[in-house]
Amino acid sequence: MSDRRDGTPEASLADADADAGTAPDGGHAAATPSTHTVRLELVDEPGQLLAALHPIADNGGNLLSIYHERGNKTPRGRIPVEVDFEATPERFEEVVDALRSEGVNVMQAGTERYAEEVTLLLFGHLIDTDLSDTLSRIEACESASVADVSLAAPQGTEEVSSARLRLEARAGETDAALAAVRDLAAEKDLRVVEPLTGVEA
Amino acid sequence: MRLAVIGAGAVGRSVVELAGEHGHEVVAVADSSTAVVADGGSDAVGVDPDAVVARKAERGIVGDDDPEDALAADYDVLVEATPTTLGDAEPGFSHVTTALERDRHAVLANKGPVAERYGDLRAAVDDSDGAIRFEATVGGAIPAVSTVEDIEPGHVTAVRGVLNGTANFILTRMAAEGLDYDHVLAEAQDLGVAEADPSFDVDGTDAALKCVILANVLSFGAADDPADAREFTLDDADVAGIRDVPGSALRLAAEDGQTVRLIGEATGETVRVAPRLVPENGTLAVSGTQNIVQIETSHAGRLNISGRGAGGPETASAVLGDVGRLE
Repeated sequence: MSDRRDGTPEASLADADADAGTAPDGGHAAATPSTHTVRLELVDEPGQLLAALHPIADNGGNLLSIYHERGNKTPRGRIPVEVDFEATPERFEEVVDALRSEGVNVMQAGTERYAEEVTLLLFGHLIDTDLSDTLSRIEACESASVADVSLAAPQGTEEVSSARLRLEARAGETDAALAAVRDLAAEKDLRVVEPLTGVEA
Repeated sequence: MRLAVIGAGAVGRSVVELAGEHGHEVVAVADSSTAVVADGGSDAVGVDPDAVVARKAERGIVGDDDPEDALAADYDVLVEATPTTLGDAEPGFSHVTTALERDRHAVLANKGPVAERYGDLRAAVDDSDGAIRFEATVGGAIPAVSTVEDIEPGHVTAVRGVLNGTANFILTRMAAEGLDYDHVLAEAQDLGVAEADPSFDVDGTDAALKCVILANVLSFGAADDPADAREFTLDDADVAGIRDVPGSALRLAAEDGQTVRLIGEATGETVRVAPRLVPENGTLAVSGTQNIVQIETSHAGRLNISGRGAGGPETASAVLGDVGRLE
């Protein structure tokens, strides 16, 4: 799932970002910084980590965390380092380019599109109403991705069954994701048990 | 205070029984067809509470007078404890306005007038020297309305909670025993926790009425001019009940450390009642017939008040608390 997440959306976001400066409405979503993770391979020599962090900071990345796996070496004898930082999609590309042009080996560079998690229940004739279609259509929703599904159909597939869905939603878009699930449920005559979002009960 | 108690169900009878302990005197009691009114006069004593309760139990009447006589009696506070009706909220609404027209106070345990005709009630209060209070309409013994008033409605952003003991009992038992709705409902009916026709509770109507009342308190209380306040009725509430929640849904919730509760939420703009996922050991996951009211404030954080949301003496305590505030 992470491969798919890391792939297509970035290109479209980067395109949309091109006119972000002049189109405040259209460019707003694209210009919002999101969290990115890069895995780097560093030579075990003094100053290497600092040298690797400069291109991130210099290109507008806001460092969030650094996991320096000293003692855990890659097959080539280098030290893996995982760095999380916030940046707009456009800046992210620049950071990766700068790292590579500084000679830092970038093992993985991904965008974490989904910052919020939400669990909900669906019940009704889930199987008869094509559960896989239901899930695909939630997946197709811009705001969310289905991370986990548990199904309980104790009376067989033709009776009422229940599902617990864990959705990953983009930052600030949990409400939109829930609204999309509500609409879909209404269309298929399913019931949704939503969480109390924003309430740590 | 001299009380006229209209309605002789569990709440009305408990008010009659407990009024003396709170320093009040019951001067009239009415049920739907009969009444008893204390003799007038300067040294008048109230009606005998034990006799009223005994007559109601033995003969199904409270006395030999006409219910109209109770409404016309010489009381300070009318206690409206007749069954909740929807729509025009009659006859409860007229009982209350009759008291206000006579410049007397009214305390309601009946949700109908406050939920369905709040604007009309406020208008009647404006034309009267009397006041109304209705703590008993929301969450039984829980001081929900007065807490919101103490904080001031303008500083309360939302009120939510578990406001129906019957629905909560059913969800609690379903989750704990892995039983289905129909089985637990039958059990609740045998225990007297659910009515023979449980629709009002399990379809979310009762919880919705309570949330509508809270929404009215928030909306009217926060408005500078009551004319600008939005009035809520049951029609404004988005309501879903628990009738079709399958046991399998509760099991899936439990696997994830969660459970399902019928949660009502009121703000000055929205009213919503629906089964919701809450953490299994969280504050809102009260058990059995317990209720909880959670008040979200602008400056004072979150307040939680839990307790018994129904029952004769519990609700009567809220009624008599209101009577005390009117002194």
